[in-house]
Amino acid sequence: MSFGPHTDFIVAAYAVTAFVVAGLIAWVVLDYAAQRRIIGDLEERGVTRRAQRKDEP
Amino acid sequence: MPVIDLANPTRFLALVNRVLPWLVAVTALTFAIGFYRAMHAPDDYQQGATVKIMFLHVPAAWLGMMGWVVMSAAALGTLVWRHPLADVAGKAAAPVGAAFTFICLVTGALWGRPTWGTYWVWDARLTSVLILFLLYLGVMALYWTAEEPGRGARAAAILTLVGAVNIPIIKFSVDWWNTLHQPASIVRLGGATIDASILVPLLIMAGAFTLLFFTLHLAAMRNEILRRRVRTMRLLQAQTLAEARS
Repeated sequence: MSFGPHTDFIVAAYAVTAFVVAGLIAWVVLDYAAQRRIIGDLEERGVTRRAQRKDEP
Repeated sequence: MPVIDLANPTRFLALVNRVLPWLVAVTALTFAIGFYRAMHAPDDYQQGATVKIMFLHVPAAWLGMMGWVVMSAAALGTLVWRHPLADVAGKAAAPVGAAFTFICLVTGALWGRPTWGTYWVWDARLTSVLILFLLYLGVMALYWTAEEPGRGARAAAILTLVGAVNIPIIKFSVDWWNTLHQPASIVRLGGATIDASILVPLLIMAGAFTLLFFTLHLAAMRNEILRRRVRTMRLLQAQTLAEARS
């Protein structure tokens, strides 16, 4: 697809936007996985929050 | 579910887990429609094909400012009601708002070179948006470098409310000062001055960017709640170990 004499500027603008948005998505997805993994590890070692203890019978 | 129940982090997490997949799907669909319409929009009679950059630049500018408005509302929640979710909302919005402001600045420079003949000028609109970006970085530094989340949140909330004065300056800078940046052509008294063939794709892209903002914000809020749970669990673990040793 050609956009005339300013194709480079248009493609660069869309590429930068895609790169930044992809970075944001990667940040939230990887951060979520990391926090879930840490919580899983802590729970395996028997560490629970006070709110969780209250829920236990 | 009463709205007040969402102030409970556990219930909020349950709601986010339910809503997020739908929000992701609607955001992707809106982007697909918006991108298709943007690519098939006619060239502008003066700017030619470079008007396609507007479909990114204008929504990013709106969302950059909206991010600060969301953070300002959250800052009030932190300082006035001292609600932990308000603090979470403020912290989660900062990187998302900063990213949209960055997109606005870069796409603006790439649009400015072929239309104005320069990437950058120190005019009121461009400078006030750059200040917004720097304020975002400052707030993020306060949130992420504080050892105790509550203390960092209060400092960040104060900076957020002080920085909120920049939002009307950005909006009205093109009216108050003589700027290279064009005046408002969409949100203005008397209606938009853009033809429907370009305005409709722009509004669809703005809708897609707004959905993306809230999707990322909710996901980041979920991560922040989990991060605080990790902190609490580690503190409890350290306390248990200290008690066992004494």
